[in-house]
Amino acid sequence: MTASFFSRERIVAPPGWSRWLVPPAALSIHLSIGAAYSWSVFKKPLEGALHISGTLTALPFTVGIVVLGLSAAIFGTWVDRNGPRAAMFTAMCCFCGGWLVGSAGLAMHQYWLVLFGYGLLGGIGWGIGYISPVSTLIKWFPDKPGMATGLAIMGFGGGALIASPWSTEMLDLFGTDSAGIAKTFLVHGVVYAVFMSLGWLLVRVPRPDWKPHGWIAAPPTAGSIATGGQVSANNAIKTPQFWLLWVVLCFNVTAGIGILEKASPIYQDFFPAAGIAAAALAAAAAGYVAMLSLANMLGRIGWSSLSDKIGRKNAYRMYLGVGALLYLTITLMQNSNKVMFLICTLLILSFYGAGFATVPAYLRDLFGTYQVGAIHGRLLTAWSVAGILGPIMVNAIADSEKAAGKSGPELYTLSFSIMIGLLLVALVCNELLKPADEKWHEPSASDDRAKEFQESRR
Amino acid sequence: MTDMTADVEFHDYQSRVPKVYIALAWLWVAIPFAYGVFELILKVKQLFD
Repeated sequence: MTASFFSRERIVAPPGWSRWLVPPAALSIHLSIGAAYSWSVFKKPLEGALHISGTLTALPFTVGIVVLGLSAAIFGTWVDRNGPRAAMFTAMCCFCGGWLVGSAGLAMHQYWLVLFGYGLLGGIGWGIGYISPVSTLIKWFPDKPGMATGLAIMGFGGGALIASPWSTEMLDLFGTDSAGIAKTFLVHGVVYAVFMSLGWLLVRVPRPDWKPHGWIAAPPTAGSIATGGQVSANNAIKTPQFWLLWVVLCFNVTAGIGILEKASPIYQDFFPAAGIAAAALAAAAAGYVAMLSLANMLGRIGWSSLSDKIGRKNAYRMYLGVGALLYLTITLMQNSNKVMFLICTLLILSFYGAGFATVPAYLRDLFGTYQVGAIHGRLLTAWSVAGILGPIMVNAIADSEKAAGKSGPELYTLSFSIMIGLLLVALVCNELLKPADEKWHEPSASDDRAKEFQESRR
Repeated sequence: MTDMTADVEFHDYQSRVPKVYIALAWLWVAIPFAYGVFELILKVKQLFD
């Protein structure tokens, strides 16, 4: 019987296939779903068009982030089993369907449809889309998994850079009443469907006997966390390694949010230059926020690629240890040196992005490539927790400090001190990471592609 | 690093995909990405104005 168009069997690469076609396929998905982070563009127009509060306009994004983590955790095993084409196609249907349902909701003045479309349906698309290329990229690039996943996950950061100005231009064109926003949503849904199609049409999985040109798999070295053992997703969550890494990711994300969530007010509170108009200060703060986005994006590809050379554990030592020192520096120096403040916060944000981008390769080292996508999906619940609790904590502390009569850099001393504490806890968790116990290893083959190869020869 | 079993023969097949296809695939994602980065740099400039 012929395999289904979306099955894994149909996308096994022919012998002459180039692995350099896989990153564009992954990027077409991640650059699209990364538009999630441009939601703030729609908040003000929605408040006016649907006559709803700021809290309600924020809800579709909040629901989407929670659903992202949950759907990545729930559907991770399905993604690994069915392969990247089925996963990318499903992600496209959910993500673009979310825009179209939201568009219908706006046209009918039904807020719940916007919430259902963008938050729930879109969130499922973000979750499945985020993990869909990860294990495929790791298999195509066994010699540089950090670079490969860093490239795709940088795309997720880049998605908002494209969507924000593009959405703003469309709102200017169609108007900010409900009909105008509905048209903007509709165009998003259609254009992203076309753009994402490259992903599921082009993606291929490597042949079971394929290896990169000139690459020889190095045997595990003494002291390395990578043993070559393969651990299933169900077993991985029973290991301390998974939960230690969960805490590492959760606290690293929270520490990044400490700056990201309040970037514009932080800049204006630290450097309220006398004699400068409020509008000019706000514009400078907007430039600062943009610069942080750039650092976040470059950190994903740069530091994650470096992790291929220095090892994952050392990379996280740098993200967490140096990150804590940078937070300490801005807490102690306050606003005495603007250049130092900029360097410190940009590096903190680059480590925040790098934490996301390096974690799939870290999982590969710890648990092997067998079901690494499903394990990654379950780990992303740490992102959901940090994405919800982080902003609540940062905003609550800033409000209480303001109520206590503090001003300027003093407003952030407590929250920055908490971030240092979180990073140090995460650093300890990273130090405690040891190779997974052999009792969790899959017995049938030491490598899942070796297993596929053996099966293909029968 | 992965530990391959002894009876597995791995091959490094020579790529036969025309380079122009690879370039087109990269352009598909690079053009919108470059637009996003360009818009971002315009905003970054405000910090130094």
